[in-house]
Amino acid sequence: MEELQQVLEKNGLVFAFFVVGLLTWGADVLSKKVFAAKIPGSALAIFLALGMGYLGGLIADGEQGLSDLPLFAGLSVLGGGMFRDFAIVATAAGASFLLIRKSGWIGFISLILGIGVFFLAGVALAWMMGYRDAVSLCTLGAGACTYIVGPVTGGALGASSEVIALSIATGVVKTIAVTILTPLLAKKIGLESPGSAMAFGGIMGTSSGVAAGLAATDPALVPYGAVTATFYTGLGCLICPSLFYLILSTLLGA
Amino acid sequence: MIKGLALLSFCFLSGMWCGSLLGSSLGIDANVGGVGFAMIFFLLLKEASVKKGLWNGEFAFGIEFWNKLYIPIVIAMAASLNVKSALSSGLLAVLAGLLPVLLAFWVFKVLIKKLGTS
Repeated sequence: MEELQQVLEKNGLVFAFFVVGLLTWGADVLSKKVFAAKIPGSALAIFLALGMGYLGGLIADGEQGLSDLPLFAGLSVLGGGMFRDFAIVATAAGASFLLIRKSGWIGFISLILGIGVFFLAGVALAWMMGYRDAVSLCTLGAGACTYIVGPVTGGALGASSEVIALSIATGVVKTIAVTILTPLLAKKIGLESPGSAMAFGGIMGTSSGVAAGLAATDPALVPYGAVTATFYTGLGCLICPSLFYLILSTLLGA
Repeated sequence: MIKGLALLSFCFLSGMWCGSLLGSSLGIDANVGGVGFAMIFFLLLKEASVKKGLWNGEFAFGIEFWNKLYIPIVIAMAASLNVKSALSSGLLAVLAGLLPVLLAFWVFKVLIKKLGTS
C-alpha cells in the first residue's frame, strides 16, 4: 500500500487525470440517472469538485482544498493558472468569423448587454455582502458571468483563493439556474424563434446552461443559442479583467 | 499535431505578453486581458491557416485536445481551491448566481419586444 501511495504522489498529474476522469464519469451517470439529464453533467462535476475541495480543506486545514493532501497535489497542477488559461484559448477553435457574421447585430448587442447585466449585478451583490476591494468585486462580478470568466479574472488580478472559489460557485449556480428556468419561462419571455434563441445565448452566456435549457425547450433552437454563447466567455475574459477592472478601481479610488 | 500546438502556444504567449504590457503601462501589477488577446490572435491565425489549407485533421488535433480538456481543468481547479472559507459567504454564491439570471430573463423579454422576433 505504501508503494502505491508513493507511485501516486510521484505521478501527481497523471493521478489527477484519473481522479477528474472518474469524477466526470460519476457526474455523468448521476446527471442521467438521478436528474434525467436536466442538469448538465459538467456543472454537476464542478459542483462535486467544489464539495471535494471543501472536504480537503477540512482534512488538511490548508488553503488549497483537496490538493493540500500530498496524494492529490497533482490537482493543483492540472487546475493551475497556466493550463487553465491555455485551454481556454484553445476553446476559440470552435468560433470563427463566419459564425460572428451569422450572429450579426442581435448577437453583438445581446452579448454586451448580457455581460454588462451579469457583471453589474454580481458586483452589486458582492458589495452588499461586504466586499470593498476592486480585485474581489471584479472577480465576483466576473463569476456571475460564467464559472470560467471568474477564475480567469481572479487569476489575472491576483484575487485570493477564497474569492476565486466563490466566483466559480456563483458561475455554477448560474448555469444550473439557467438550465432549470429556461424551459419554464421560455413562452413568457418570447423565446421561440431562431433569432430570439441567438439573443438568448448572448444574454445568458453560459454555454452548457444555454444548451441544456434550450434542449429542454425546443431542441431545434440549441445551435442558434450556442452560436452566441460561444463568444460570451471569450469576451468576458477580455473585458472583465481589463476595462471593467479599470472602471471599478477608478470608481473606488484605489 | 505538434504544429497546431505550436500555433496555439504562440498565440497564447503573445496574448499574455500583450496583457502584461498593457498592465504595466497602466501601472497595474496584473495581466490585463491576456487571455482575450490570445483568443483574438488565435482566431485570426486560425482563419489564415484555414485559407492556406494548413488546417487539416492532424494539425487541428493538438488544439482540439486542449479545447476538450478545459472542463476537466476547471473541475481540477474547483477541487483545489479554498472552498472551506468561501463557504462562509456561500449565500453570496447562491444570490449572485440566481438573481442576475432572473434580471437577465427580464432584459431578454424587453429586448425581444423592442427588436421583434425576426
